[in-house]
Amino acid sequence: MINVTNTTGTEAAGGVAIGLERVRRVFDNQFVVIEGMDLRIDAGEFLAVLGPSGCGKSTLLRTIARLSAPDGGRIVAEPDQFQAGFVFQDAHLLPWRTVLDNAALPLELMGAGREERYAKARTVLAQVGLAEAEERYPAQLSGGMRMRVSLARALVTEPRLLLLDEPFAALDEITRFNLEVQLRELWQRRGMTVIFVTHSISEAAFLANRAVVLARRGGRIKLDRRLDMPNDRTNDLRSDPRLGHEMKFLMGAMEEE
Amino acid sequence: MKKFLPPLIPLVVVAVAIEAAVRRGALPSYLVPAPSAVLHALFESRGELAGAMAKTSAAAVVGFALSTLAGIAIAVLLSSSRAIQRAFYPYAVFFQTVPIIAIAPLLVIWFGYGMKTVIASAFIVSIFPVIANTLTGLLSTDPALRDLFRLYGASPGVTLFKLRFPAALPQILTGLRVASGLAVIGAIVGEFIGGQGLGSVVDIARTQQRVDKVFAAVLLASALGLALFGLINLISTATLRRWHASEAGQ
Repeated sequence: MINVTNTTGTEAAGGVAIGLERVRRVFDNQFVVIEGMDLRIDAGEFLAVLGPSGCGKSTLLRTIARLSAPDGGRIVAEPDQFQAGFVFQDAHLLPWRTVLDNAALPLELMGAGREERYAKARTVLAQVGLAEAEERYPAQLSGGMRMRVSLARALVTEPRLLLLDEPFAALDEITRFNLEVQLRELWQRRGMTVIFVTHSISEAAFLANRAVVLARRGGRIKLDRRLDMPNDRTNDLRSDPRLGHEMKFLMGAMEEE
Repeated sequence: MKKFLPPLIPLVVVAVAIEAAVRRGALPSYLVPAPSAVLHALFESRGELAGAMAKTSAAAVVGFALSTLAGIAIAVLLSSSRAIQRAFYPYAVFFQTVPIIAIAPLLVIWFGYGMKTVIASAFIVSIFPVIANTLTGLLSTDPALRDLFRLYGASPGVTLFKLRFPAALPQILTGLRVASGLAVIGAIVGEFIGGQGLGSVVDIARTQQRVDKVFAAVLLASALGLALFGLINLISTATLRRWHASEAGQ
């Protein structure tokens, strides 16, 4: 039974609880990417998944998003039916659509009316600081702005589960720092469950409430740690000794093989 | 003007050089006519050439439109499954390899002398680039975006019209650019064998040793090809200007 509690203590309706039971994923019938993974994620939790390249982080995320089915074991969710949002490594916007139409796309695909989807898209665009850019096209935006549109698109359906696959990896450090703070604020406000895949130890420690470190092969969990960090996180925290302390733990787990 | 001036310069230079060479007797006029003679032929036979141009234009445009519609439809079908692609793509390649001049007499047997044969010839010659380019475009859709559409429960039809087709548009337009020129060539070849138009004007003028008239008709056929190409460029600029590198800054 999954523990359906809200670890943020904010909006109670926010998150979805996820349970992985002996999950196995195999590619081309021979490459075992994930073998017998057990993992429970509470409703409203902010989980960072760390690991070296090729360890199965992205596969795990796609499987949880139900974009691919596990080859063994099962994934349970409570509630069973929920809307997920997905943010990819690159923004992956539709270049022929304006910022507003990109942000409204998920609602359009789900059959929402024009007025409703534009109203909701404008709300999320304002939340990510892009209210003034709604008529622009992706080619007219910076990398950071494009990623914020991608984030707005993932949030427009008010998802109970937000999955992010190394979303800020390609951005410059200052943009990345600001987006991390913004993401954390959005999570606090909405109380959704967040699973954030990254290979950056500092990013995981700064953002998450809990971090798991995967081994290089088979998706084995080497470390599962609740991070001892304050709930409100601003850029000031980046020089806080507590962050360094948590990073040390995560780095230790990343290095041991 | 800035756009049209650069290609005009070599044209004028070559025309003046040929004119001078023919007038001095360095170039026999039965091989290459003086540009002034070509202009004279254009003027002298303007009624006949205008009628022929209208016929060739109609056949090339209809053939091109048919290959656009059929080519895109076939590419959509081929892109729907690997099995269909493997079964039918070789037959699409057939249209590229078929020597149109060899099968043109067959077209006359099937469709008779006239417009239908010319349209069929234009269609056969121009359909393959549309199929090949559209198929490449449809199969190159960003996998992450396909995942995104699946995540929100988009049907295959919605995914086709809102993602795969617009994403493939730059490649489709590349195919149409190539096909537009080929449709004119196909129409001219068709007219050589079984139709009326610039192709038959060239054929008759050739037998009469009227090289100036042959050049005049060829000039008009090229103008038709350029006009179709320009039309596709206009469509390309209008649809891709805001988002695709190929038209950025136009």
